[in-house]
Amino acid sequence: MDTVHASLTTPRTPAGEHPPQDERLPAIELLGVEKLFHSHGSTTTAVGGVDLEIGEGEFFSLLGPSGCGKTTTLRMIGGFDQPTAGRILLYGQDVVGVPPNRRDVNMVFQSYALFPHLSVFENIAYGLRRKGVPSAERSRRVAQMLELVQLEAKSDQRPRELSGGQQQRVALARALVNRPRALLLDEPLAALDLKLRQAMQLELKRIQREVGITFVFVTHDQNEALTLSDRLAVMNAGQVEQAGRPREVYEHPQTRFVAGFIGTSNLLSRRVRAIDGTTAVLEAGPDERLVVPGADLAQARVGDVLDLTVRPEKISILRVPATDPSACVLRGTVTEVVYLGTATQYAVAVTASGDRTGSAGSSDLIVFRQNAADATDVAARGDDVWLSWRPEHSLALRPGPSAASGSDPAASPVQGESDGAQQR
Amino acid sequence: MTAQVSLRPAPTVSAAVARRRRLHVRWHWLLPTWGWLVILWLSLPIIVMIVFGFNATTGKFNFTWQGFTLQWYRQLFAIPDLTNALVNSVTISVIVTVIATTLGTFLGLALGRYVFHGSGSVNLVMFANIAAPEVVLGAALLSLFLTLNVPRGYLTIVIAQVMFSIPYVAITVSARARSLDPAYEEASRDLGAGPYVTFWKVTLPLLFPGVLAGALLTFALSIDDYIITSFNAGSTMTFPLWVFGVSRVGVPPQVNVMGTIIFVFGVLLALLTALAGRRRA
Ligand SMILES: Nc1ncnc2c1ncn2[C@@H]1O[C@H](COP(=O)(O)OP(=O)(O)OP(=O)(O)O)[C@@H](O)[C@H]1O
Ligand SMILES: [Mg+2]
Repeated sequence: MDTVHASLTTPRTPAGEHPPQDERLPAIELLGVEKLFHSHGSTTTAVGGVDLEIGEGEFFSLLGPSGCGKTTTLRMIGGFDQPTAGRILLYGQDVVGVPPNRRDVNMVFQSYALFPHLSVFENIAYGLRRKGVPSAERSRRVAQMLELVQLEAKSDQRPRELSGGQQQRVALARALVNRPRALLLDEPLAALDLKLRQAMQLELKRIQREVGITFVFVTHDQNEALTLSDRLAVMNAGQVEQAGRPREVYEHPQTRFVAGFIGTSNLLSRRVRAIDGTTAVLEAGPDERLVVPGADLAQARVGDVLDLTVRPEKISILRVPATDPSACVLRGTVTEVVYLGTATQYAVAVTASGDRTGSAGSSDLIVFRQNAADATDVAARGDDVWLSWRPEHSLALRPGPSAASGSDPAASPVQGESDGAQQR
Repeated sequence: MTAQVSLRPAPTVSAAVARRRRLHVRWHWLLPTWGWLVILWLSLPIIVMIVFGFNATTGKFNFTWQGFTLQWYRQLFAIPDLTNALVNSVTISVIVTVIATTLGTFLGLALGRYVFHGSGSVNLVMFANIAAPEVVLGAALLSLFLTLNVPRGYLTIVIAQVMFSIPYVAITVSARARSLDPAYEEASRDLGAGPYVTFWKVTLPLLFPGVLAGALLTFALSIDDYIITSFNAGSTMTFPLWVFGVSRVGVPPQVNVMGTIIFVFGVLLALLTALAGRRRA
């Protein structure tokens, strides 16, 4: 037993005193990176002070609405744009000012940018030719790539003779054949239809696992980011609102924007009535109870308005008051029941006391209820119900770094666009 | 009743289709006929030129058909001055095409790709150059050469023709460059190519159709330019200058033969271009 333990742990700490995680540099580091564009006398802040750390071998996504600076961030890592301020480190080396051809990263362009005058084989071999890889090895590596992306039969064809998904895979192969230390992908699946996109998502994940290269993946599709990424960063108006594992970001959104952009937004805004340790007690009706733990993070004081969110699947919908005295409880009226197959979605209008959620005075909370074998319809339209959830599922939200720009995903057209992308 | 109402639009639609079809049948010969007429109109002078290259004429003038002969093809270089003029024309055109295409390509790339200080003025000057009457350009160049005391001859012809050809190349290339996605060049840089290699391996091949079109246009403009060349030729003879010079005393049939050869060469070039374009596509 001891020997097994030893043999498992010994290779992990070869140096003895330093755990390897500390020695390993992050693959990509962005330190206070800022990019301003000047045009026609006006200045656009495309990226405003981004700090990111992307680990080796990680599948990292940059997620955010259109125009939030994802492409600009990626282009700065690739060397196509130079930051106005800040530093970009690749394996600890500052690369600001280094041209793209001298950076050990490769990019998959949104338009693929396959060279139309070269065959599929020559497209993939392009990078190897530039590096002077001898012809025999070049052929071998290109063939290996063609096999990886399952396009052996298309070797001699021109890019325009391929379908969108095939072109996408050639673009991937053309970048990967160079064995870069990181691969940058700018919405590589955006041009594909839903079915192909889903197939390519799995393909991408498989390839990333097989080659073990760091992927930095730009997308505005939250589902894509959640399913593919090891970690992701949610961007808004040129800033990172939150970075973390998909589960972390989904279950513990820290800002109003993140809560609204990822998943179904259930946003409530209530005045703080009392603070008990780190738990805030919010204004609610006589038989209601609304508490938020961790309100200290949001720096809420008594009398302030606090934003909170509850994920729809965490809420129970009941016909009688909850028995658990510590639970959060709100009363409401069912305004909509939507059968979704595996689940039923209820929209419940909660009594709005000091509530400023929603635009037209409506303050519906969305509730998901799994359609399990024993589940029955608990409520119909117009029924008065009780909503209840564990206090730890009340998540206090910070205004977010970009709150000054007044961007609210629930109100902005950008959110509609990302919803559209999900349904497509 | 309802059935009648809902059926009514159908016959109306099919009637319209039928009327259109009848119209189509009645007038379907018009467009091809018109097309052939235009082609005939355009090619008549060329046909006359080619046919009279085979004319067994004996007089000074080659205007009436006197029987078929290959004599003029055999004696193509029998007139030393004419041969000399043709050689000048061909070499000048080749040199002008090479220089104007090179300079025009870079100019066109710059205009199509970048907005730089003065790019608006460059565009304006180019269009002014094309729009200006040739006589004015020729006279202006002549006074320039006179002022600078440059002896008129082969060199000044080349300079003058390069000058008027550059805008044509620049415009065809810049149109192509403007429609070129900058991502191609970025992809090349990304894959390890420096700016120089990127130009040769990616930019130029992608611009090539525009470059080729500009080069063909330049060659065609250069080989038969009369007006500007006549101002700056000094005592150097080119093919058009020689033909124009002798036209009052009689044009020898060799001129028709040389014209035919230049024409066939041009057609072959155009065919090759079209073939290359089709293979590319
Ligand atoms: N070359 C440029 N010149 C001027 N402004 C630019 C330039 N490139 C980007 N911007 C601006 O910077 C902001 C961020 O652009 P960016 O392309 O990074 O957005 P994005 O997140 O990739 O959006 P999308 O999802 O639509 O691709 C936008 O407001 C855009 O208008
Ligand atoms: Mg983008």
